[in-house]
Amino acid sequence: MAGLAAAFGSGAMTNTIGDLEEADVILATGTNTTENHPVLSSFLKRAVKFNDAKIIVIDPRQIKLTDYADKWLRQNLGTDVAWINGLMHVIIKEDLHDKTFVENRTKGFEEVKKIVEKFTPEYVEEITGIPAQDLIDAARMYANAKAGCIVYCMGITQHVTGTDNVKSLANLAMLCGNMGIPGGGVNPLRGQNNVQGACDMGGLPNVYTGYQPVTNDDIRKKFEAKWGVSDLSPDVGLTVTAMVPMAHEGKVKAIYVIGENPLVSDPDLNHAKACFSHLDFLVVQDIFMTETAKIADVVLPSSCFAEKDGTFSNTERRVQRIRKAVNPPGKAKDDWKIICEISTKMGYSMAYESPEAIFREIADVTPSYAGLDYNRIDDIGLHWPCPTPDHPGTPILHTEQFPCGKGNFHDIDYIPPAEKTDEEYPMYLTTGRVIYHYHTGTMTRKSEGLNERSPESFVEISQNDASKYNVEDGSNVKVASRRGEITAKLKVSKIAVDGTVFIPFHFAEAAANTLTNAALDPVSKIPEYKVCAVTLSPAA
Amino acid sequence: MDAENIININGNKISFEKDETILEVAKRNSIDIPVLCHLKGATTTGSCQVCVVEIDGSSDLVTSCSTKAEKGMNIKTESPKVVESRYNTIQKFLSSGNHNCAISRSDGSDWTSFQMNVQKDDQSKELCPVWGDCELQDLAYRYQVTANPLKHVPSELPMETANPFIVRDFSRCILCGKCVRACREIQVNDAIEFDNPESPTKIIASSDDKVLKDSDCVFCGECIQVCPVGALVEKDVRYKIRPRDTEKVRTTCSYCGVGCQMHLHVKDDKIVKVTGVEGAPPNYGSLCVKGRFGYNFIDSPERLTTPLIKENGEFREATWEEAFTHVADNFNRIKKDHGSDSIGVLTSARVSNEENYLANKFTRAVLKTNNIDHCARL
Repeated sequence: MAGLAAAFGSGAMTNTIGDLEEADVILATGTNTTENHPVLSSFLKRAVKFNDAKIIVIDPRQIKLTDYADKWLRQNLGTDVAWINGLMHVIIKEDLHDKTFVENRTKGFEEVKKIVEKFTPEYVEEITGIPAQDLIDAARMYANAKAGCIVYCMGITQHVTGTDNVKSLANLAMLCGNMGIPGGGVNPLRGQNNVQGACDMGGLPNVYTGYQPVTNDDIRKKFEAKWGVSDLSPDVGLTVTAMVPMAHEGKVKAIYVIGENPLVSDPDLNHAKACFSHLDFLVVQDIFMTETAKIADVVLPSSCFAEKDGTFSNTERRVQRIRKAVNPPGKAKDDWKIICEISTKMGYSMAYESPEAIFREIADVTPSYAGLDYNRIDDIGLHWPCPTPDHPGTPILHTEQFPCGKGNFHDIDYIPPAEKTDEEYPMYLTTGRVIYHYHTGTMTRKSEGLNERSPESFVEISQNDASKYNVEDGSNVKVASRRGEITAKLKVSKIAVDGTVFIPFHFAEAAANTLTNAALDPVSKIPEYKVCAVTLSPAA
Repeated sequence: MDAENIININGNKISFEKDETILEVAKRNSIDIPVLCHLKGATTTGSCQVCVVEIDGSSDLVTSCSTKAEKGMNIKTESPKVVESRYNTIQKFLSSGNHNCAISRSDGSDWTSFQMNVQKDDQSKELCPVWGDCELQDLAYRYQVTANPLKHVPSELPMETANPFIVRDFSRCILCGKCVRACREIQVNDAIEFDNPESPTKIIASSDDKVLKDSDCVFCGECIQVCPVGALVEKDVRYKIRPRDTEKVRTTCSYCGVGCQMHLHVKDDKIVKVTGVEGAPPNYGSLCVKGRFGYNFIDSPERLTTPLIKENGEFREATWEEAFTHVADNFNRIKKDHGSDSIGVLTSARVSNEENYLANKFTRAVLKTNNIDHCARL
């Protein structure tokens, strides 16, 4: 989200899910939408099938969405900045950009124009492997759209250049004036039900709720007054990717984990385990005995979404209700009650009669949620920002201006991925999900039906690579990187691209993240899950 | 109101919008015209013939779903001619295959031998699995239709149960085609189709009639949700759950970030079925395989049920009081000895806004650090 915040002043999906069907041209990149956001993917497919929209898919793998694509560009892993700059090069050279929008609504265009000058289609082909003519066609298609929308997911953000990738997509959208209009925008698809809400609610080291900075004296004073405390820290805290290594150094002594499973989801798992084992005190609050809970000092059983009231904020910023349907098992308690009790025991009394009472406090301290209450969202949820009780919510952002005033172009040069292939590790590895499972599998792998459809991990490669490395479909293969190795069943597939291995990360017993690189994007601190170098051999 | 655009339905003057069908005008004005095959947002086929109405001056009945309202139309939705036509249509459906709701044979004529045969096909002594939740049954009751035993056409097609989620019972399929349109026009998974679009005899998966699990089906279950009869049923629900025994609770799906609106169907404090909420954004009734079928984790025996404290490398069960004290004491100790910034909190993209807010408040106001993050980055 750091990339979008830098460009527009706020980091969230700019348009709505329903709005995707309004687009003439959809540029989808780094999103295996049909597997990861199946219901949203139907909006894209319907746009193509029934509304004559065109989809440009830019993805190394032959994902299902390519069946619906007018153009499919197959870039080399980790070369996104290069093709985005290439698109802008063509658009500017052919004078297809929206000069009025660029003039009135943005700043920094001249610098971008300069940097993309060298990204000729031929130069881009050298880096990305995308044929020059395909790049030119795609550029014309996107630039000539009345409403062109960009959809992306972790395939764009999980790189050392993730923030650069996102800023580049924002550049492209602004260049063509595709901001603030129905069917346009830059739309990151959120992978987990309440990622948007966790960010909105201050689950980030640099901001309180509604992205109010912890470094701002006035904001801090406001929260000190509202919460009845003094001395709130003015320093930006640690990100998860900094916190864990600091545990290894002994600077972080205790971690309180609520409903996360970093020992399957973190990159370079062997190192992450070593870090966690250095902790003086680890508390894990979860619904299952996860890999992380097993190494905790205290495990607190919590209730799941069906066992409590509250709200989630979805990927399109829509705040929606969840409602209690059944009782939690045994002594399990709602997460909010557990936090209140620990806080009260530590000497700061937290007492709320219900989640609704907490929500009233959220609205009170958060300008973008100020107009929301449980009554207003009882039937249909509303999109923040919703500043007052009579405000209808904001489905499309940035229609008049950006929160930061004018939109910021960023001149960005191409930087190759952190890890390259070599003789010892000649293939690239990329990770992702399958439709039947979710994240670290804590929930879906408890479902017999889903497991029957997708029982185990697999290593997906192309037929050419299978011949080259002399491995057979269905046989066990060993995949090793500089950080570790795993064994799983080989799946030869037409989806795979030559030279690249794909492994889903749901399966703890063959955890793909044993192999992945913990190299971080310098701004967003997102690890480079989507590219690292590996070697493949038949398992003994 | 444009005085030009007026039609008359059952003696009531009603205005209509350009391109509105008679069915749409009626629906908007709470006039009930029954229909089995109509699917909002998809192509209109008029195949079930149940929604026929009579228009003055027209000798044939017309299907209201596919006939546009026109100025001056005088429409009757329950005239004797309409009712007779519906009776015959419904009877035709009831007389084919295994519609063993007691209603279909309420005259008792051949009930025993019919039911014995159906029991064999169903491998169950129960009545139809969607008894009480079937649009055809509702219509049979409304128009007092019983099947015609003389015209009974038994089903030759075996039931398909070879996948974990969906039972396809061809003996109860009325070939209305709603599932095909849901699959191809709403979810656009293009997995199922009619064997012969001109005169269909079966809904097939892939053009070569595969079982679902070997086809392009991704088990979103949209077809089950739209099926007006008992031809498509959730495997876990079949014969185990009757809708009258359950309560529906509306909530938001807890898997990906789309935030689909869903109904959890609850029986005896257990979630037994999930359906999408029709007509509401963002999903307008659609769900994916995880949302619709991935709820078993909720009452998994592996759920954590008691606080645990580790002693000498082993967990032991603890009371909440013990656990809270243990956690609070250790946080206080570490905060005092090593400073606030030696503690970190990983909050969750899985829990509610209210809980994330409190985690944020606890970290900053109680622990006095800004070391809080979650796995958006991961």
